[in-house]
Amino acid sequence: MSEISWMLVLVLAAGAYVFKVLGLVVIGAHKLPDVVDRCLILIPAALITALVVKDTFSVGQELVLDARALGVGAATAAAWRRAPLVVVIVIGAAVTAAARAIS
Amino acid sequence: MSNLVAVLERQLDLSPELRRVVSASVTLGAVVGVFGIVFGVGAVSAGGSVLQACVMSLLVFTGASQFTAVSVIDGGGTTGSAISSSMLLAARNGVYGLTMARHLEGSVARRLIAAQLTIDESTAMATAQTDRRSRSAAFWITGLSVYLFWNLGTLIGAIAGSSLNPETYGLDAALPAGFVAMVAPHFFTPNGRLAGVIGGLICLVTIPFVPVGLSILCAGVAVLVGVRRP
Repeated sequence: MSEISWMLVLVLAAGAYVFKVLGLVVIGAHKLPDVVDRCLILIPAALITALVVKDTFSVGQELVLDARALGVGAATAAAWRRAPLVVVIVIGAAVTAAARAIS
Repeated sequence: MSNLVAVLERQLDLSPELRRVVSASVTLGAVVGVFGIVFGVGAVSAGGSVLQACVMSLLVFTGASQFTAVSVIDGGGTTGSAISSSMLLAARNGVYGLTMARHLEGSVARRLIAAQLTIDESTAMATAQTDRRSRSAAFWITGLSVYLFWNLGTLIGAIAGSSLNPETYGLDAALPAGFVAMVAPHFFTPNGRLAGVIGGLICLVTIPFVPVGLSILCAGVAVLVGVRRP
């Protein structure tokens, strides 16, 4: 099992800044092909949803169904009704903690 | 909080338009600060030190990527898969930069600083404004306020996290819940919704078969939905 190393921290720092500079300073106002633009804009939707799935339904490589599913389910309902960020987070954590306390 | 905003506004003697921008930006920053606390707790419970958590927030400064790296490591993934998934997410800041380049003026040095502040919140707040001056103001004020609160939150969370069992308070679910809130606006567009659903399914199906964290990268295939016109 790996850990949070300084190498990881520094590679992430350099990589994240390179992307930011590439967009804002290097490419700047130059235009990318429309189709590339349309795909890039979907990165958060695809990846963040995947993170939700992973953090809710898995432990390591194993798929599991536990208290987190209830909590994240409740959070999803709140987000669907456009509740503010903090409310969504608190509901997710509270429902999960409650489900664990009961079971 | 609102007192602080009011004092700040009086001090700066701003126009009503800019005043609105400042309130919204500072409030948003404070909300992100809560997220910063969750990140600090997560980084420490994944085995990072308080210093590593803080340096990450100061230098990487893009929440979803930081969360991804920590969550992959915490789940037992390799450094390589943590970096690749995290960087795939960081790529979107480059896209935001393309958008912001049209609205920000100034020297290269100024742009190099602006680059570090080019994230979800600053771009969203800037592009929601109607004139050039407000756009630029919204970008800088939101970027700086989020930077301040995000790092403050990380510090608080990292220090508190060392003496906290995250599962007791359901904090392990706070992270995916936060992601749900962040991804929700994307689900209100047809292509975003499709990419999200496909990405989630790809992740679910690949989890048992690929090294931890790589399933996130596999989900990236879903962006090809963009080939289709919205």
